[in-house]
Amino acid sequence: MYRYDNYDHKMLEDRVAQFRDQTARFLKGELADNEFLPLRLQNGLYIQRMAPMLRIAVPYGMLSSTQLRKLAYIADHYDKGYGHFTTRQNIQFNWPALTDVPDILAHLAEVEMHSIQTSGNCIRNTTTDQFAGSAKNEIEDSRPYCEIIRQWSTFHPEFAYLPRKFKIAVCGTADDQAATQVHDIGLFIVRNEAGELGFRVLVGGGLGRTPVIGKEIRAFLPKEELLTYLDAILRVYNREGRRDNKYKARIKILVKETGVEAFRDKVEKEWQAIKGGPLLLTEEEIARCKSFFHDPDYKALAEHSAALQEALARDVLFTSWYQQNVDAHKKPGYAIVTLCLKKTGVAPGDVTTEQLNFIAALADQYSFGEIRVSHEQNVILADVEQDALYELWQALKSKELGTANLGLISDIICCPGGDFCALANAKSIPIAESIQRQFDDPVLQREIGELSLNISGCMNACGHHHVGNIGILGVDKKGSEFYQVSLGGSADNDTALGQIVGPSFSQEEVPTVIQKIITVYMRQRLKGERFIETFNRIGIAPFKEEVYAKTN
Amino acid sequence: MPKLIKNRALAQDPWTLIQEVANLEEIAQFNEQAIIVPLQAWQEHKTALQQRSGRCAVWLKSHELPSELGDDLHGFELIALHFPTFADGRAYSSARELRNNLAYKGEVRAIGDVLRDQLYYMARCGFDAFALRDDQNIEVALQAFDDFADGYQASVDKPLPLFRRRAS
Repeated sequence: MYRYDNYDHKMLEDRVAQFRDQTARFLKGELADNEFLPLRLQNGLYIQRMAPMLRIAVPYGMLSSTQLRKLAYIADHYDKGYGHFTTRQNIQFNWPALTDVPDILAHLAEVEMHSIQTSGNCIRNTTTDQFAGSAKNEIEDSRPYCEIIRQWSTFHPEFAYLPRKFKIAVCGTADDQAATQVHDIGLFIVRNEAGELGFRVLVGGGLGRTPVIGKEIRAFLPKEELLTYLDAILRVYNREGRRDNKYKARIKILVKETGVEAFRDKVEKEWQAIKGGPLLLTEEEIARCKSFFHDPDYKALAEHSAALQEALARDVLFTSWYQQNVDAHKKPGYAIVTLCLKKTGVAPGDVTTEQLNFIAALADQYSFGEIRVSHEQNVILADVEQDALYELWQALKSKELGTANLGLISDIICCPGGDFCALANAKSIPIAESIQRQFDDPVLQREIGELSLNISGCMNACGHHHVGNIGILGVDKKGSEFYQVSLGGSADNDTALGQIVGPSFSQEEVPTVIQKIITVYMRQRLKGERFIETFNRIGIAPFKEEVYAKTN
Repeated sequence: MPKLIKNRALAQDPWTLIQEVANLEEIAQFNEQAIIVPLQAWQEHKTALQQRSGRCAVWLKSHELPSELGDDLHGFELIALHFPTFADGRAYSSARELRNNLAYKGEVRAIGDVLRDQLYYMARCGFDAFALRDDQNIEVALQAFDDFADGYQASVDKPLPLFRRRAS
């Protein structure tokens, strides 16, 4: 993974000193609340219901075992012994004290980590496919380009006070796992007819109050022009994005109001002025960034592991975990393992200090000391020998990390909701738990099959409810918490926004409503058909009918 | 007395900022003083303003673009860019446009809600003068330019991005 040099280290050191000084001036009353606000947000610090919340960046989802141990240390010393993986591959702590934050940042800097631009109206953490570099069907490893974007966007002097937050995702795999189409800028790595590498550029996607799928503004951008073109897009947005209304300030609204063609013309005009200039990426820089993401020292292994086949034949529980949580790897004899952090009764994405340390040890033992975090709030060991899978699974079970539900109905994406977040209209964690309990039987879960269920506690859509096959949104109805259900959303290659079923439901009704939806699907599905495929074939009407049927 | 930082030092300010020009008679009272007028006033009274004996500069609101100055641009020894609130980031792009796209060499001054914690980014975008908000501590503000030793991006002070300067 990327390693800091003296420049990177110095910048982080300067940042910690800067924020220490800002915090001190705030506490002395020399900085007003509203003046401190964007400064602390650009260091990932929110003031929440219980205490401040500190969001730490996990650049494009990559962590080393050393960094995991540092996070465990922070959870132990400054929090209540746990952290929470977010839907943007970051990790957040819900209980640090404001006065401790500069010290926490200093700890993070020791292991090349920070909380820079994890919040605020600036360019946020760049995200990508959690299998990048290990996936079987990959056009090119996206991580070197994510790192190039990370450096360009970090402390960009011109784009620190944008109209609103700005999120970029990069996808280099054939099957998009990064929800790339619903980002402010979505970059797909592609090859042109001449075989040259570049990017297909989408702009104006996003969830939140007004969900939109990004529009293509460039079919092929040569890779060397990545930063010149991003600079041009951001410049148009910074100048022209709306600042009169927070809810209309995202780039998606600007693209919509300007029209895609006219927006593209504006970007092209800006681009002409800087294209080929100093921001043009050099071969040396691309090679330098790529050198950090070289393949680890893979062994030459047989395509199929005899030990694995033997374990699969012997242990049916292992088999179901293997089928659900293990993916194909580009190297013979290796596998990608996802640790699902969705055990019933635990808030989705939550990890304890003990688990963090344990995962770090597993990474060292089985996966070259590295892990990844997915936007589905799970943890990935991306380079595991197939021979070791059985042993690994047994170890995972001992720490409640062996849940075999990846991609199933209980693998719920869920924001912290009203239990923690000051913005939420409604709680989301108890809803997730009630659904997990309703579908507690693992056999039933596998029978239902692949299905994404996403829960957000408010319109800001941190739980990505718009793109869940089943989406649940917490709404406020005359002071009470209610839940709106939508169906048919998808975050993969065929990204789609869900359709609302109808009037919202009380917290108690939700599990039964989901049960009815699943019943319709099971009744109507054709052989081998996934939930989303059945939905796309039969539409929303049969679901609506069942859910709102009067009981006699 | 408004506090002005120019080229990273406390400076005397010979300029008078005029918020609004309702009519030309108002300008007369400034006699030979150096004045900064709003873009709209310049566009409406250009000839009269040019015929004054005192110097004249313009200031732009955050939604106004430097390109609106057209060929007049290089005749100004100062362009001021207004921050209605420090969180309105449009003037950063305007400053950069003045320096990089339009090759403007005169003073680019930040006016309005100009605070200590934004000075470093402003300087990197091409501002070289800062009319601080009245309550700002000038000594504290002068330290802002050293908040960071270096940055990743190309900027007006360092035209090459770090990746072209990095010693390997």
